[in-house]
Amino acid sequence: MLLIKCPYCEEQREEEEFSPAGQAHIVRPLNPEELSDEQWARYLFFRKNPRGLHHELWLHAHGCRKYFNMTRNTVTYQIMETYKMGQQPSVTASQEVK
Amino acid sequence: MRQVNRIAAKSKHINRSRILSFTFNGKEYQGYEGDTVASALLANGVNVVGRSFKYSRPRGIITADSQEPNAIFQVGSTQATTIPNPRATQTELYQGLVATSTNGWPNVDFDLMSTVGKVGGSMMPPGFYYKTFMYPQSLWMSYEHLIRKGAGLGTSPTQADPDSYDKIHHHCDVMIVGAGPAGLAAALAAADTGARVIISDEQNEFGGHLLCSTQQIDGQLPNLWVEKIVEKLSNMDNVLLLPRSTVFGYYDHNLLGINERCTDHLGEHKSKTIRQRMHKVRAKQVILATGAHERPLVYGNNDVPGCMLANAVSTYINRYEVVPGNELVLMTTNDNAYKTAIDWHQAGRQVIAIVDTRATSNGELVKQAKQLDIDIIFGHGVINVKGSKRVKGVDIAPINVNNHCLTGSAKHFSCDTVASSGGWSPVIHLSSHTGSRPVWKDDIAGFVPGETVQAQHICGGLEGVYSLSKVINDGFSTGAKAAQAADKGEGRYEGSQPHIVDPQEDASMALFHIPHSKRTSRAPKQFVDYQNDVTAAGIELANREGFESIEHVKRYTALGFGTDQGKLGNINGMAITAKSLGKTIPETGTTIFRPMYTPTTFGALAGSDVKHLFDPVRFSAMHKWHLDNSAEFEDVGQWKRPWYFPQAGETMQQSLERECLATRNSVGILDASTLGKIDIQGKDAREFLNRVYTNPWSKLAVGKCRYGVMCKEDGMVFDDGVTACLDENRFIMTTTTGGAAGVLQWLELWHQTEWPELEVYFSTVTDHWSTMTISGPNSRKVLEKICDIDVSNDNFKYMDWIEANVAGVKARIFRISFTGELSFEINVQANYGMHTWQAVMAAGKEFNITPYGTETMHILRAEKGFIIVGQDTDGSVTPQDLDMDWVVGKKKEFSFIGKRSWTRYDNKRDDRKQMVGLKPKDPKFVLPEGAQIVFEPNQSIPMTMVGHVTSSYYSACMGYSFALAVVKGGINRKGQSVFLPLSDGTTVEAEICSPVFYDPKGDRQNV
Repeated sequence: MLLIKCPYCEEQREEEEFSPAGQAHIVRPLNPEELSDEQWARYLFFRKNPRGLHHELWLHAHGCRKYFNMTRNTVTYQIMETYKMGQQPSVTASQEVK
Repeated sequence: MRQVNRIAAKSKHINRSRILSFTFNGKEYQGYEGDTVASALLANGVNVVGRSFKYSRPRGIITADSQEPNAIFQVGSTQATTIPNPRATQTELYQGLVATSTNGWPNVDFDLMSTVGKVGGSMMPPGFYYKTFMYPQSLWMSYEHLIRKGAGLGTSPTQADPDSYDKIHHHCDVMIVGAGPAGLAAALAAADTGARVIISDEQNEFGGHLLCSTQQIDGQLPNLWVEKIVEKLSNMDNVLLLPRSTVFGYYDHNLLGINERCTDHLGEHKSKTIRQRMHKVRAKQVILATGAHERPLVYGNNDVPGCMLANAVSTYINRYEVVPGNELVLMTTNDNAYKTAIDWHQAGRQVIAIVDTRATSNGELVKQAKQLDIDIIFGHGVINVKGSKRVKGVDIAPINVNNHCLTGSAKHFSCDTVASSGGWSPVIHLSSHTGSRPVWKDDIAGFVPGETVQAQHICGGLEGVYSLSKVINDGFSTGAKAAQAADKGEGRYEGSQPHIVDPQEDASMALFHIPHSKRTSRAPKQFVDYQNDVTAAGIELANREGFESIEHVKRYTALGFGTDQGKLGNINGMAITAKSLGKTIPETGTTIFRPMYTPTTFGALAGSDVKHLFDPVRFSAMHKWHLDNSAEFEDVGQWKRPWYFPQAGETMQQSLERECLATRNSVGILDASTLGKIDIQGKDAREFLNRVYTNPWSKLAVGKCRYGVMCKEDGMVFDDGVTACLDENRFIMTTTTGGAAGVLQWLELWHQTEWPELEVYFSTVTDHWSTMTISGPNSRKVLEKICDIDVSNDNFKYMDWIEANVAGVKARIFRISFTGELSFEINVQANYGMHTWQAVMAAGKEFNITPYGTETMHILRAEKGFIIVGQDTDGSVTPQDLDMDWVVGKKKEFSFIGKRSWTRYDNKRDDRKQMVGLKPKDPKFVLPEGAQIVFEPNQSIPMTMVGHVTSSYYSACMGYSFALAVVKGGINRKGQSVFLPLSDGTTVEAEICSPVFYDPKGDRQNV
C-alpha cells in the first residue's frame, strides 16, 4: 500500500484515496484523421511496461479529484516524485544511474 | 486425568490457582491459566495430536511457537465459533475449550489412512498427486475432494460468525515488531527520545526468548528485567504496547498489518466486546526484532511423537512447568542447546545422553553439563528413532559430515524424548514481504534480511546476533538510531545497560541432515517439512528428476506449502537441495516468504465492513413509498431501485404485463432519480460536449434536449443519455445509473489532462434532484392537473424542457421518452421528491396511474429498440454496429473522441456483430439472454457462433416474445432465420428483424 503525496493537496495520503490511470504524458495527436491506422494504434494501444522508473497518471479520486503525474519505480514501488499536470518529471530513467 | 508431566511451580507464567478444563478429541483434560493447549496436552502426557498429511503417521508436538507443523487443531464448540487450523502452541487455554485434531479417521490413535501410508509409502513419491490423479482431467475435482478429506485440513465454520471485529489506523515514529530482549531495548531507547512508539508481540506476554530463559540479567532472572522495562514503557504516553498482536504483513512504504487477538484467550464469543482488531500502522521507521527460530536436525523417523526442538523443550520446562518426557537424548550442533539438557536434568528427569555432532567443544555450557555427570557423545548423530506413537529409543552412530556417511556402527539407547538443535534461523519473513531478498551468512549458518528500500532497521536475533548482552545493546542502539531517523533524539541511548555475563561458546557446526548407514532413499523417512510430509529422500528425488531451482523444488515436493509456510523445514530443505546439487546454499537461494506470517481470520481482515456496512446503499427520496407499496428491489450499482410492484397474488410476469399495459394504454410512473446528472458550466461547455459526444451540440438552443452517445477513444460506446441546454453556457447531462461516477471521471480526465484551456466545470448533482417520469397517453392529463403552465404539444414540444411549478414545487420538466410514449420527466429538488410523487399519484388516480420498476422500463424501451449501455453493449460495440449512425456528427470540426477509430480496418468490417431484433418462431418462447446464435443448426460441434441475445422479454402490448441481439453482419440479414442451440439440448429458431418493434415511426411520443 503506497503512501502518495498529492501535488495539489500537498499531503501524504493513503493509496486507498487514489486510483491509477495508466501511463502519463500520452499526448493526443492533433490531427487524428491524418494518421495511418498504425500510427493511431500506437497512440491508442501501445503502452510502456518498464522495469524501473515509470511515469504514471494518477487520480486523487477520493480527495481533490485532480489528475496528477507520478514517477514510480515498478520494482521497489518507491515514488520518486509526484507533479502536477502540464509539468515534466525531474527524475527520469536515463538519470537513474547507479 | 492427572497432569503427569507437570513439575513444581517455578515461574510466574502458570497460575496454579486457576484450573482450566478442556477437551481434546472428546476427552477431558485440565491445565492452568497461562498454558497453551500444547503445554496442557504435554502436561497430561498426550503424545499423538494428529496424523500426517500424506502417510498418516502419528504426530506429536514439536515446537512451542508459530513454527508448529503438527499440533494444528480445529478449535471451538459450535459451528459458528469453530476455527480451523490454529496452532495449539499459540492457542491460549481457556475454561471449556474444545479442540479436535484436523486429521485422522476414524481417530488419531487408529487411522485407516496410515495403512495406506505404510503400504504405499514408497509408492507415494513427490509429485504423486500430480502424476496419479492428473488423468482424466475431468475427474481432478472429485479426486481433490477425496484427497482433501484424507489429508485432513480444518473445516470452515458452516454458520455465521457471531463475533465483532474492528480496524484502527495508526501513525507513529517507530514501530517495533517483536518484544523480546532486542525489541524491548529498542522500544525503551526510542521512547526515551519522545518518539511515538508502537511495540507489538504475538505472544500474550512480552519478553520473547527471555520468557523461557534462565540466563541472569543484573544478577536476577530475566523475567524481572522484562517486567521492569514493560512497566517503564507502560507508563509512557508516547508508547503503545500491543501484546497478543501478530504483525502478519509488512507492506510498501512502511505499512504494517497487525492482528490483535483481544478476547480469544478468554473463551468463545465474548459478545460484549471486540474479538479481534486489525491495526494498520504507517510508521516513519520500522524496527524488526523478530528474533530467530531454532532449526531441527533431519534424521531417520524424526517425526515420531517425542521428537522435539531443543529450545521448545526448555520453553515447556521453564515457562510452562512441564517436562514432556522422562528420558532425554539431545542431539546438537552447538553449545547453546546444552541448556535444554541442563534444564531437563534440573527438572529431576533423566538425560540419557547429549549427542554432539562436533568433534569436541569446551564451551561453558558443555562444562556445566559435564559437571552434572551428563554423558556427552561427540562426533555422533542420532541416525534413527524407534517407536511409533512415542519414541522408544534411538540409534546413535559416529558420523562423517563432510562425506555424509557413518564411520562406525550404531549403538541403541532407550529414551522417550529426542530433542534436536541444528542452530538458529533468523525470522526473516517480514523483511521478505516487501521484496527484499535474504542474504546467507556463513558465520551463523542462516539467512538474514538483505537490502531494502523501506525505512527499516533490524536488530538482535534477526541479524544473527545471539548472545544476550549483545542483543540488548543492539536493541538500545537500533532504537535510538531509528528514532533519530524519525527526527527524534541524537541517535544515542544514554540510559543504563544491564549487567549480563554471556557463557563462552565454542563454534557451532553447520549441519542440517544427519547421514544414515543406508543411502537417503533407502533410509528410514527423514522428514524435512512435517506438515506436507516432505522427506529428504523426496527432495533428492525431485533434484534427480530435474527440479533444480528451489522454487521448482518447492512446488514439486510441496516443501513449505503448509499453513506454517515452511517455518520449520525450509532452510533444511534448501540445504539438502544444495548438497544434492553440489551447490552452496546461497547459490541455491531461498524461496520468498509472503504475507500472512501466520494465518489470519477473515473476521479480522473484514473488520466492521460486513453486512449493511460492507457497501453503502443509496435510496431515492421516494424509497419509503416504494416500500409501502410492496416494491421488489433491484440493486443497480449502490442504488436500490424498484424492480416491479407486485400486487396481491400476482406472479412477477403478471405484474410486468399489468405495468406495461397500463403505461401503454393510460399512464405509468417511474422513479428515475438514480440516473446520473452532471451540471456542466463554462463558456467552453458546448465545445467540450462536441468533443466528448459523437453528435453535434453547437446548435442546441436553450430549452432543448438532445440524446447523445459517448465513445471511448477506441470508438466503442461507453455511455449514453440526454443532455439539456439550460443556458448558453450551461448544460445538464444525464448518464446511466451505473455509469455516473465513471462518466464524471472521464470528463475530468479529458479536461484536466488534454484540454485544460477549455473553460468548463463539472459538478455531480445526481443527489440534488428527485426525478419521476410519467409516461403514457394520459400523462399530459395528469401533469396538467398539477402544473402551473401550458404543457400542450404546441407550447411544450417533444425534446423540450421547461421550468414550471409542479404541485407547488419548482420543477424542471423534460419532455423526453424512453418508453416511446408521451412522457414527462419531472425533476424537483430532492427533498420535495416524496411530496411531488404523492401529488402526481393523487392526480393520476382517475387514470389508474401505475408505478412501474426497472423491469417494465426495460421491456418498454426494448420494444422501441432503445439500447441499454452495458446490457446491449459490452465495450466492443460502435454506434455503427448499433445501426445508430444518425447519432454521429458528420460535419463536426473537431475530431471528437472515438471518431478516428471507426475507420480502423477492424471497425470497418461488414461482418461485425451488429444490433438487430429477433422474433422467436414460437411467439410465447422467451429466448434466454446470453444465448448464442448460429446460422446453421446442423453443423458439428464446436459450432460457429455468430452472435448472442442481449435483451429478451415477452411483450404484453404486442402479444409475442421478442429480443435484441448482436449478429454478425446482422443489419443486412433482416428476414433471415437464425438458430439458438440452448443448454437443454434443444434448438430454437428466430427471425432477424428491425430492433424497433413498437411504433416504428415514433408517433406516440410526439402527440
